Amino acid sequence: MATDVVMPQMGESITEGTIVRWMKKVGDRIDRDEPLLEITTDKVDAEVPSPASGIVVQILAKEGETVSVNHVLAVIDAPDAVAGAPAQKAAAVATAPARPAQAPAQPKPAVSMDDAARDRTSPLVRKLAKEHHVDISQIHGTGISGRVTKYDVLDYLEQTGQAAQAGRAGLAKPGDRVEPMSVMRKKIADHMVLSRRTSAHVHTVFEVNFSAIAGIRQAMPAAGKPTYLAFIVAAVARALRAVPVINSSVDGDSVVYHKDINIGVAVALEGGLIVPVIKHADTRDLPDVSAAIADLAGRARTKQLTPEDVAGGTFTVTNPGMLGAQFGTPIINQPQTAILAVGAIEKRPAVVNDALAVQTMAYLALGFDHRIIDGAVADGFMSHVKQALEHWGPEPA
Amino acid sequence: MEVRRLGRVPYPEALALQRELVVERQAGRIGDLLLLVEHPHVLTLGVRGDGGRSHILAPADVLAARSVDVFETGRGGDVTYHGPGQLVGYPIIDLNPDRRDVHRYVRDLEDVLIRVAADYGIEAGRVPGLTGVWVGDRKLAAIGVRIARWVTSHGFALNVTTDLDYFNLIVPCGVADRGVTSLAALLGRDVDGAEVETRVVRHFGDVFS
Repeated sequence: MATDVVMPQMGESITEGTIVRWMKKVGDRIDRDEPLLEITTDKVDAEVPSPASGIVVQILAKEGETVSVNHVLAVIDAPDAVAGAPAQKAAAVATAPARPAQAPAQPKPAVSMDDAARDRTSPLVRKLAKEHHVDISQIHGTGISGRVTKYDVLDYLEQTGQAAQAGRAGLAKPGDRVEPMSVMRKKIADHMVLSRRTSAHVHTVFEVNFSAIAGIRQAMPAAGKPTYLAFIVAAVARALRAVPVINSSVDGDSVVYHKDINIGVAVALEGGLIVPVIKHADTRDLPDVSAAIADLAGRARTKQLTPEDVAGGTFTVTNPGMLGAQFGTPIINQPQTAILAVGAIEKRPAVVNDALAVQTMAYLALGFDHRIIDGAVADGFMSHVKQALEHWGPEPA
Repeated sequence: MEVRRLGRVPYPEALALQRELVVERQAGRIGDLLLLVEHPHVLTLGVRGDGGRSHILAPADVLAARSVDVFETGRGGDVTYHGPGQLVGYPIIDLNPDRRDVHRYVRDLEDVLIRVAADYGIEAGRVPGLTGVWVGDRKLAAIGVRIARWVTSHGFALNVTTDLDYFNLIVPCGVADRGVTSLAALLGRDVDGAEVETRVVRHFGDVFS
């Protein structure tokens, strides 16, 4: 005899309860009056005991779900009605009669190949497929457990020639505005494509806790207070000294390790960007780095940089976080071999000593040229930067 | 009804005692009773979601520096603070068979504490949707209850002379825009904890008789 477990009436004015947690799962044995689940209603939590001994054959509501009073939450059946041998038990449980009207927690059966494939693709892939009117079930998936990835869709489109059509279709329709690129735009465009072709780009992202620096900055007078970027450039300069291959260039079949550490800082301008360079950044102290950044950024925006100001960079720092980006995946500034993108520095919940705390956090992403920089080396460099920033001292060892 | 005044009891000990007593009460080996205790500094978490962990505002080192422990509990509700100067009541009562209404039970607990406040000339009341006892928009007493086969545990925490500064470590019960208060803060004078206990016992007896 199957017995229903219903949402109990916890009070006259109470019409529903929320499931906190299940103490048993389908297939578990339970005794009469043994707690089966916990529910909550308005600051009161209650155990719901099993009304009968037997096996839990169905669980019909999820944790967190709010269910009205007397709604069936689970079904208990006598052990002999389910099956004797444990091996058969699972089968019997699986074939227990479904209760469609009351089965919100049951997984929806796959009704077609398309649905099955769809369940295993990301929203991005589905969007891409929809834009190009592609049936995902027709594409061979190469991802985890045969999942169709973005690249599978793009490959499929390339094979069928649909991508090319879609790409051309948007160009210069009547009413569109066509404008030649400015000289700066053209140079940036060429430089970006050149870099993509030249370097084997890989990115690694570190989360850095800036709370110590936030505290240091708070204690400083407002006038001439170093920006977070100044701390980062100073920390990067020290790390470059420790990991020289990050401060190198590729020249044919040789690697040139630069003696000088000259850090470029990308400055956004109207219609483009420019990267003035802080020369000998590793020999400057924090106030000096800070002043240099302020000077160069100011002159970049008022178009007063000299060619000397933008030459000789050996590493670049870019700051997409200024506009709110969490992190970027920057393209290397050739002929350099690495570039650091600073994400938004903001207060976030973080785990400190096993408790949740409000901390000033940011993601730092390093783009590096995998031709000459191995992942472990890049991550070693990043951990130097992280260490320097999280344990800020005038000159850490 | 039996009342046990236990004085200062560490939170985990009180929790273990309640669990034992609930089993005893369910089995009918003991009658209804009320435990009255005071806890050393502690933050306790409810069972839902993250139990209110995200409402702990202070980093762990700050909690440690102020000798505040953090415990998970079996009660409803969000994170709350207990500490010296706070009268904590844990009724172990069987609501079966004629009091089987958890809302009524919570309203009755509120009623006890509203009567205690009235003894001191304080007009306390309820805020719809926010369990507890309130004076204006400040919470005087918190309530969080657990029911197992209609036997109650956990209960209420009435701020008598509580150092309210400790509530700044948390968002009390997840309600960010309301503050906390105590009898002493409302009266602007020291309040005798033993006298408050006596009044709680008397009104508890009246309401739950």
